Amino acid sequence: MSKFKVVHYINQFFGQVGGEEMAHIPAEKREGPVGPGLAFTKNFGDDAEIVATIVCGDSWFNENLELATETVLDMVKEESPDLFIAGPAFNAGRYGVACGTICDAVQTELGIPVLTGMYVENPGADMFRTKVLIVSTADSAAGMRRAVPAMAKLALKLVKGERIGASVEEGYIPDGVRRNFFDKKRGSTRALEMLLKKIAGEPFETEYPMPTFDRVPPMPAITDMTKATIAIVTSGGIVPKGNPDRIESSSASKYGSYNIEGVDDLTSETYETAHGGHDPVYANEDADRVIPVDVLRQYEKEGKIGKLHDWFYSTVGNGTAVASSKKYAAEIAEKLISYDVDAVVLTST
Amino acid sequence: MKLEVGYIDIKGIRFGDYNAVEDGILIVNPEPLLEPVLEDPLIKSAHFEIATPGESIRITPVKDVIEPRVKVEGGGGVFPGMVSKVDTVGSGKTHVLRGMAVVTAGPIVGFQEGIIDMTGIGADYTPFSKLHNLVLVMEPVEDFKQHEYEAAARLAGLRTAAAIGELARELVPDETVVYETPTIAETFKEEWKDLPRVGYVMMLQSQGLLHDTYVYGVDAKRTLSTLISATEVMDGAIVSGNCVSACDKNTTYHHQNNPVIHDLLAVHGKKINFVGTIITNENVYLDDKIRSSDWTSKMARYLSLDAAIITQEGFGNPDTDLIMNCTKLEKQGIKTVIITDEYAGQDGKSQSLADADELANAVVTGGNANEVVVLPPLDRVIGTLDYVDTVAGGHAGSLRPDGSIEAELQIITGSTNEMGFNRMSAR
Repeated sequence: MSKFKVVHYINQFFGQVGGEEMAHIPAEKREGPVGPGLAFTKNFGDDAEIVATIVCGDSWFNENLELATETVLDMVKEESPDLFIAGPAFNAGRYGVACGTICDAVQTELGIPVLTGMYVENPGADMFRTKVLIVSTADSAAGMRRAVPAMAKLALKLVKGERIGASVEEGYIPDGVRRNFFDKKRGSTRALEMLLKKIAGEPFETEYPMPTFDRVPPMPAITDMTKATIAIVTSGGIVPKGNPDRIESSSASKYGSYNIEGVDDLTSETYETAHGGHDPVYANEDADRVIPVDVLRQYEKEGKIGKLHDWFYSTVGNGTAVASSKKYAAEIAEKLISYDVDAVVLTST
Repeated sequence: MKLEVGYIDIKGIRFGDYNAVEDGILIVNPEPLLEPVLEDPLIKSAHFEIATPGESIRITPVKDVIEPRVKVEGGGGVFPGMVSKVDTVGSGKTHVLRGMAVVTAGPIVGFQEGIIDMTGIGADYTPFSKLHNLVLVMEPVEDFKQHEYEAAARLAGLRTAAAIGELARELVPDETVVYETPTIAETFKEEWKDLPRVGYVMMLQSQGLLHDTYVYGVDAKRTLSTLISATEVMDGAIVSGNCVSACDKNTTYHHQNNPVIHDLLAVHGKKINFVGTIITNENVYLDDKIRSSDWTSKMARYLSLDAAIITQEGFGNPDTDLIMNCTKLEKQGIKTVIITDEYAGQDGKSQSLADADELANAVVTGGNANEVVVLPPLDRVIGTLDYVDTVAGGHAGSLRPDGSIEAELQIITGSTNEMGFNRMSAR
């Protein structure tokens, strides 16, 4: 089997051109491995080889971001590599940003796996951790001996298309993707050890850093309900009998839009719930209990509201990812706006 | 309270014409065990099957997993208020058939029951693949109310486990461990005064509509937060009546073998002063959530805790209770670690919990329940594959023509347990 072809990006210092005084040099391509590339070659063994190394001044890259990205991208393209690696940049800020920028561009433009490495506090880490995989390294080149084997191992997994383990197993900076793995100890023991550290005032590492919530301010109140069009949106899983869209009972992959023109009442013959998070008996007996079509229709007839919107939108909230819910909500909101809906009754179960 | 637990190791189960445990083998004569089960008018049929670790067997839909135990000395009997009459348990001597379980299977609602694979990748995710399982497969009569049938199936499982446990009454245990919990006065003794006062806050699923837990026979959603001894829990004072997603449901087996309780007791008097266990519910109404978490924090303060571990059951709605319990303790200066699991989407990129707070800065996770797994086809199915596509974690087409199953980890019983029963985690 032939070896995977790798292109490596390094800065002027690791390219042995010079220090800060040579940071202005434009990108140049050299054949084969250079500097840290030699150590990578050793670690790749028979699996992969560095066919070309791009050496570039940190100042030149950062001061000419667009031109530099384009130039380096072209140099990579010429080699048609299977894998692109950059750095490691340790705590060198401009080098880190260059590594992140070019890895992101190569990944997007060429669709090949990319990998870089840097110190967790490198500004490039914060900028690119959710876009490209970054192996966590020491803050100086003294950490090269540990960084290269870790990067080489992960790079080979990427190029072979193998499953990537969790950040703690593979040694990359958390990239915002939650991945399962089997720890050495059971959860209760990990909790006790974490608690003992917390009590003693020692540093401890949470397994799940808390996210920050976005808060949406409510719309101003409707002044005249008698002219308002009211729609129903639910995460309670109410669907026409038989669940025509086959919305899942948990972790829903879709939502449904259902027409209720002329429907005055939801009955056990016509509607049911797809929701798997509760005893469905009462929802199935009378789906109005989850989405109040009967009452809103009555209000419409009495003139208390202008109109009940002709469609209702329904998904299952049970175990459904927030990202999925956001996506459905954005699509539903566009539909509601296009129909000039004034207000929505949102129900959940 | 002081409880001596004698463990009798079970190395196999086989059918026979009498019921007994002989040389570590459970011999099962089905007829006398099934008789009381079939007396229930809601249960149409019932039979036993045996599943051994490593066998090519898939058990589904799984309702509950129960460890057979028997009270040999001391007050009360196992599962007080459910199987035995209400009487305080947790003292004296209890015998345990270790290494086996009674598993109840068959459809309840067809939504929330799980899968136990005895071999293959699925077996890695569930602790119950390592047990010799006596599976009680039941079918309901036609035209039943799900919550009534749930109660019937729950009782059938507990009664069967108690009957099997009874076989261990006269046996000599392979190992005996003494567990002792202190009175409040004892926790202040001189010897322990430099140890941190640690409590355990155990959240019980009580959302209702088939999401229920029972304490001494009382439905937990009708309770206020209260104290319970760790040894009472070992005697089956808390049982599962849950049909929440299989992955993070605390089965009765989890309660009987609560890993937090065991880990805290193991270092009690050495690294910590394990003061007590608070149980609190997870009701759906906001007033209930506020009241229960207020009560929990009042009790934690009354016990003068320095720190606590908080465990959850279920996800979504109870995430609110979890964060309330955590923040209310933290605001009183009681340091917390919470154990939960995650619903970060199949791609792992979504927010993991439905609620969050920066005070919850010490989290242990049982893993992302949305992660997709492909379970290989297995030779034998105990129960039925009819519900695989509709069970939480499944989707239309989960069950493939070759018998393999592509589904989220949610579908596997006990896979992301929030008592910290497993080694699985996520980053």
